[in-house]
Amino acid sequence: MVTVTTIKSAAETALDSAFERLAGVLPGAGAERRAAFARYAERGLPHRRVEEWKYTDLRAAMREAAPLAERPASVPAGTIDLGAPRFVIANGHVVSAPEKLPDGMTATPLREALTGGHPALSALGDPLAAGNAAVDLNTAFMTDGLIVEVASDRSMDSPVHIAFHNTGDAPFATAARVLVRVGAGASVTLLETHQGPDGVAYQTNTMVEIVAGDGAKVEHARLNAEGGAAIVLSTLSLRLGRETELTTVNGVFGAALSRHQVFATFGGENARASINGMALLSGSQHADSTLVVDHAEPGGESRELFRTVVDDEAAGVFQGKIIVRQKAQKTDGRMMSGALLLGEASAMYNKPELEIFADDVACAHGATCGALDEDLLFYLMARGLPKPEAEALLLQAFVGEVVETVGNGAMQDALIARIETWLRARAAR
Amino acid sequence: MIEIRNLVVEIEGQRILDGLNLTVRDGEVAAIMGPNGSGKSTLSYVVAGKEDYEVLDGELLLDGQNLLEMNPDARAAAGVFLAFQYPLEIPGVGTMTFLKAAMNAQRRSRGEAELATADFMKRVNAAAESLGISKDMLKRALNVGFSGGEKKRMEILQMALLQPSFCILDETDSGLDIDALRIVSEGVNALRDPKRSFLVITHYQRLLNHIVPDTVHVMAKGRIVKSGGKELALELEANGYADYRDMAA
Repeated sequence: MVTVTTIKSAAETALDSAFERLAGVLPGAGAERRAAFARYAERGLPHRRVEEWKYTDLRAAMREAAPLAERPASVPAGTIDLGAPRFVIANGHVVSAPEKLPDGMTATPLREALTGGHPALSALGDPLAAGNAAVDLNTAFMTDGLIVEVASDRSMDSPVHIAFHNTGDAPFATAARVLVRVGAGASVTLLETHQGPDGVAYQTNTMVEIVAGDGAKVEHARLNAEGGAAIVLSTLSLRLGRETELTTVNGVFGAALSRHQVFATFGGENARASINGMALLSGSQHADSTLVVDHAEPGGESRELFRTVVDDEAAGVFQGKIIVRQKAQKTDGRMMSGALLLGEASAMYNKPELEIFADDVACAHGATCGALDEDLLFYLMARGLPKPEAEALLLQAFVGEVVETVGNGAMQDALIARIETWLRARAAR
Repeated sequence: MIEIRNLVVEIEGQRILDGLNLTVRDGEVAAIMGPNGSGKSTLSYVVAGKEDYEVLDGELLLDGQNLLEMNPDARAAAGVFLAFQYPLEIPGVGTMTFLKAAMNAQRRSRGEAELATADFMKRVNAAAESLGISKDMLKRALNVGFSGGEKKRMEILQMALLQPSFCILDETDSGLDIDALRIVSEGVNALRDPKRSFLVITHYQRLLNHIVPDTVHVMAKGRIVKSGGKELALELEANGYADYRDMAA
């Protein structure tokens, strides 16, 4: 008999011993954690020979597994403020909650829910993400987070901001989890910001799950302003009821390596969702957007629009899979990923996939990769704009199409400000 | 004054301009006519500074400044304006954003202060009104969804706002109906000035009924092969280019 021994990487070994040490300490009964860690451990950290991770070799990128961060003693200074009621989750621990939530909204820290029990806990976890290593690791290590509940038929009078703020001078890891249950007919805007120190090789793994009841309206936007040396894994799970309307936009500026995964299940008839993203990448940044959109019920409409600008030796990845189940007739899915490559060594990997089992559907996908249009540049320069300014105007317009889909003004302004900063830095080089 | 001396230009090894000489004095409106493929559009792109062309020989001087050493934006700030034959659509770039960026970039390049928003708006609104450009057009992305005539009017609007000293109109009459041709021509005529010169490239005499030139030049095979007054355009309209096709050979 042949015995196959898997050689574990240093990070995998460190994750094993960290879990062994922490499994009994982390909040909650632990059975779910153990099951999740076992699922992860079966295959280890995903690498380039795992199809879904082909372009983002996490095993190679994650040389070490940093220790899980403790709850900071105080609320970190300089947390992004969007002028909305704000939760601050520092290093994976809730350290601050708004004095007043919008009427009809309640929130419970996840640590408290896991320790004392909470009826919503049974809703944690997304079958569509089964077997995903980032999700399993988040479930195994989650330290804290939130359970947010929005009462049915209530329209929230203000957005809610969840600010994930990472701080520290030495490498650390975080694992936060947020579950948002939006009642039938309710409407809510959720804003996520993620920030952290430059130059510290921290590792974050967050998961946000939004379960939208029938007829709910959800606006969600996320800003990745993480530190330049961070490895950032994030998962957004969307479970949409009948006739829900949802928009989510992800703006990527930070992190050495980031992977934002969206798992969207159209679990009720005639649900509509727009899943959009933009990224501005430079240096040796690597940013991955991976989507799995599952049309399980008829009449769903999904729109995906991604724009990636890649400079220097940076690399962008877009993987988008649309599944249309046999039952999901009259599904209308359109997915578009566009990339502009600015540097000689810039790279973009586009992988759109359609799996269609129904016969009466309209599905389309497109992917483009290219340089800035020389004719457009000439036109602008012929009107007096110096080349860097002409390029900046075209780049801003390119990602602007995604930014326009952010409904919340403060978040839109925050994204535009970061785009302008990025473009100014580029022009100054 | 623009002086073009012995200009030799190739694109991908093919000679397009072959020793072209042309001077347009301050205040002069010069027309260039010529058969397809004679190099008229290439001349306009080379003057504006498009990169695709290889200038092998010759001089290109605007008021004594050597344009060949300048990037397109520096040429624009120095006073060159090309009204494109096919103005480009730029999705996502608002018309007003673009106009303001262009005006201020040129002002900065000349060491002038940037325009205050109120001043800018006043200038744009006045110029737009005289060209029949609606507020709605100004709110849209540059040239996106504009008709052929609207795009040409937008070119003239830019010309009016940027106040160049040398304007090239590259087949501005193409794709225009009679009314649009009149509006565009009136816009150009309003900008005629003793200090401003024009080079009007066209296939047809029709445009020159509206924008009456001081001089007419016939271009063939990359050179000016005949020059004369405005009556030369009428002669071409009657006889065609047959007499000139072989002159440059």
